[in-house]
Amino acid sequence: MIIDAIQNGIVIDHITAGKSMELYSILGLGELDCTVAILKNVTSRKLGRKDIIKIDREMELDWDLIGYVDPSITVNIIRGGELKEKRKLNLPERIRGVLKCKNPRCITSVEQELPQEFILTDREKRVYRCIYCESQAGA
Amino acid sequence: MNSLIDIFDLTPQEIMELINTACDIIDRPAAYAHKCDGKILATLFFEPSTRTRLSFESAMLSLGGQVLGFSEAKSSSAAKGESVADTIRTVSCYSDIIAMRHPKEGAPLVASMHSPVPIINAGDGGHNHPTQTLTDLLTIHREKGHFDGLTVGLCGDLKFGRTVHSLVAAMSRYPDVRFVLISPEELKLPRYVKEQYIKNPGIPYIQSASLEEVMPQLDILYMTRVQRERFFNEEDYLRLKDSYILTPEKLRGAKEDLRILHPLPRVNEISVAVDNDPRACYFKQVQYGKYIRMALILKMLGIE
Repeated sequence: MIIDAIQNGIVIDHITAGKSMELYSILGLGELDCTVAILKNVTSRKLGRKDIIKIDREMELDWDLIGYVDPSITVNIIRGGELKEKRKLNLPERIRGVLKCKNPRCITSVEQELPQEFILTDREKRVYRCIYCESQAGA
Repeated sequence: MNSLIDIFDLTPQEIMELINTACDIIDRPAAYAHKCDGKILATLFFEPSTRTRLSFESAMLSLGGQVLGFSEAKSSSAAKGESVADTIRTVSCYSDIIAMRHPKEGAPLVASMHSPVPIINAGDGGHNHPTQTLTDLLTIHREKGHFDGLTVGLCGDLKFGRTVHSLVAAMSRYPDVRFVLISPEELKLPRYVKEQYIKNPGIPYIQSASLEEVMPQLDILYMTRVQRERFFNEEDYLRLKDSYILTPEKLRGAKEDLRILHPLPRVNEISVAVDNDPRACYFKQVQYGKYIRMALILKMLGIE
């Protein structure tokens, strides 16, 4: 299967197989009016299988958000058909406005305009905790 | 220090400074009687807590300051739907320092983000209660003279008791401390608390379901209440409840210099027959709570 190389844009590579649609949705790529290609289950020497997203224009990306969804991702910035920047992502120390605290005793449960913010407390186990009540994200 | 939200906002050195100030207040109360002349403490209690609120108010009055505030949410503008941030912006116009209790976890942190004056967390739901932990630390230090090398027994509801979690966290920062965790299976210390503050730093500990078995080892016994509503069934509660009631009989094997603490209020987990035992410290602990809050108010207002 052949997908055209892009001249100016972004290639989100090394996405864990099966996670591309989640990333597509979280990054709001459905709202773009340019070409966006999602490649699923591409053969990868490093990962066995991987997903790739190609975006046919440059745009601001929330690096923290991408790193949170999948820290194994590599982002390539392409200009004039050439690779200009390669960025490896890590789990971000803080995440704002993505996760929602589910603790019914948290102040954010009654004051919903408060910004939702989580901090990484255990990198190995990928544990994020609400800055207000310290509840574990997703728990 | 701008605000005290969590006990970890204080370093062990800062805690020791507070303890030293509190001890000086105990020795020379008159020297502190006018330290806060002209200063106002606001006590914003969005849920009732007689003991903590009166302790803060008594502390400020003993420093020569004045107090204002409310003791339940329905007598505040929160009842009209005002946000914590707006309440704090308003109250900070009337006061120099604010002690706040709120049923929602994280509310004092939100307050501190919007307040030009220092905020003291006086308890946020089941989350943090740093001035109780300071009270516990002052009590231990006054009674034992040090923190190092103590064997600290924590008994009862170790799962839901926030004072237990904070005390474990605070004591884990001192050398050669050892923990004895005494609880029924259903109310064991949560795994994340145990891993973070005991296992990962390599602090020795034992777990036991029997208070009597471990009693001879203890330097400190921190009692908490085993509450009926924490059990899934009544049968388990009835089977276990008496095991965690401290009586003179259970104290037979205890050290002569054991010290018994309890964050209070007590219901029935310490028999009144223990109250006159010289090892019982829980009412002294209440008194110490006032002195450490006096020291804290001085520190947060930057008064020497």
